[in-house]
Amino acid sequence: MSATPFGRSLWLVLRKDLTVEVRSREIAYTTLFFAASCVLVFAFALVREGRAPEGGAAGILWIAIAFAGTLALGRTFERERQSETLRALLLSPMPRPAIYVGKLLGIVALLVGTEVVLVPLVVFLFNARLFAHPFWLAGIVLGGTIGYAAVGTLFAAMLVRARSRDVLLPVLLYPVVVPVIIAGVQGTTALLQPNFDAALVRFWLLLLVTFDVVFVVLALWTFEAVMSD
Amino acid sequence: MSQPAASSAVAPDFSFVAVDEVSRAFGRRRALSRVSARVEAGQIVGILGPNGAGKSTLLGILATLLRPTTGQVRYGDLGAARGAALRARIGVLGHDLFLYPELTARENLEFFAGVHGLDRPGDAARAALARAGLGDRGDDPVSAFSRGMRQRVALERALIHDPRLVLLDEPFTGLDDASASALLRRLHALRAAGAMVVVATHDLDLADGLLDHALFLRDGRPAAVMARPERLRTTYQEVMARPPGGAGA
Repeated sequence: MSATPFGRSLWLVLRKDLTVEVRSREIAYTTLFFAASCVLVFAFALVREGRAPEGGAAGILWIAIAFAGTLALGRTFERERQSETLRALLLSPMPRPAIYVGKLLGIVALLVGTEVVLVPLVVFLFNARLFAHPFWLAGIVLGGTIGYAAVGTLFAAMLVRARSRDVLLPVLLYPVVVPVIIAGVQGTTALLQPNFDAALVRFWLLLLVTFDVVFVVLALWTFEAVMSD
Repeated sequence: MSQPAASSAVAPDFSFVAVDEVSRAFGRRRALSRVSARVEAGQIVGILGPNGAGKSTLLGILATLLRPTTGQVRYGDLGAARGAALRARIGVLGHDLFLYPELTARENLEFFAGVHGLDRPGDAARAALARAGLGDRGDDPVSAFSRGMRQRVALERALIHDPRLVLLDEPFTGLDDASASALLRRLHALRAAGAMVVVATHDLDLADGLLDHALFLRDGRPAAVMARPERLRTTYQEVMARPPGGAGA
């Protein structure tokens, strides 16, 4: 036996997280109901005679994703803390960056599952033409979700032993991911314009991809160090 | 013990673990102070002491989960910096059981067999369930088990990769008499197979006659080191009643 290969470790962690979630459905239901309630409340507050303020749908979509994501991040690592199973993962011969990527992909999968319901809800309640350019929309939403989850997974893992982790996670996370959320909002707003500007959407998508690459590389670089001791 | 099939290159082996003047502080609190010990292959070493004596901290350092503030731990010729490769040869049963309550016992064992790179996690899990006496409960979620049953699964999880160094923190917790006897037999078998076993426990009656060496800790400091301690409870009370000072047999 030696260090477990990276790809295999990643797959084991991801499959385990998804199995646990499929069995309990706790995080999926919590994030989904929270995100849907959030969108519903804003729709009642902002939509007048079937018309939402310009950019309103994009803003509400990303607020719902960010808040639901914080719930998912906290709960995912709370599970690992309750039975100290995160410690078991750290005691294993798996490369620690593989543990990070496995957890990250699990959270991205959960958030994408929530977004599959959330986006049509926003389209319906805000009368938003988000599905006019579905591939661009998928790119913007996925790019933003990965960037958000990349930072969130690192911070949630770091804070897993902190007594006030529930307070600290959003306090630390939101200032760092604000650029991702802004790029997501701007990219989504560009999709809603009557005169579709592909170059503008491409710009925001490239910015999101850049954030994703930077955040994932930084997280991979620091995960081993922040999880030691 | 049979060697489980592994998927990748063989991890570096070691025939002893040496703890050399290890101290560990958490902020301003010193949890361990200049502790030295040595464990040879085929030995069971007990770490004994009251709550807060530093037993779990020492196990954490041996498991490579904590770094000593000063001093060092050597695993044969290897330092703790070998990280993942070294951890492939270490099995840990913590005070918390490191099991996913939502998963079945079989899924837990298969997961950890995979994590340790075993080629046939299903076979390893089946054998481990049989050893735990839970062959017919393997598909029940761990959350449905009693503390003793979970403890048995957790022990098998810790041993599933046939580790060279076995670290057990309160392994007798929650076990009934039959299970405790089975664990004692298992520890003797591990010793016979050449494993190094380090046990931190308060169950002095169960540990009596089991230990090749005992390291008594008090307030993070070594209070005594003894070879083959007898009448463990009496010895423990005598050691702890001594005024603080140098360690010795």
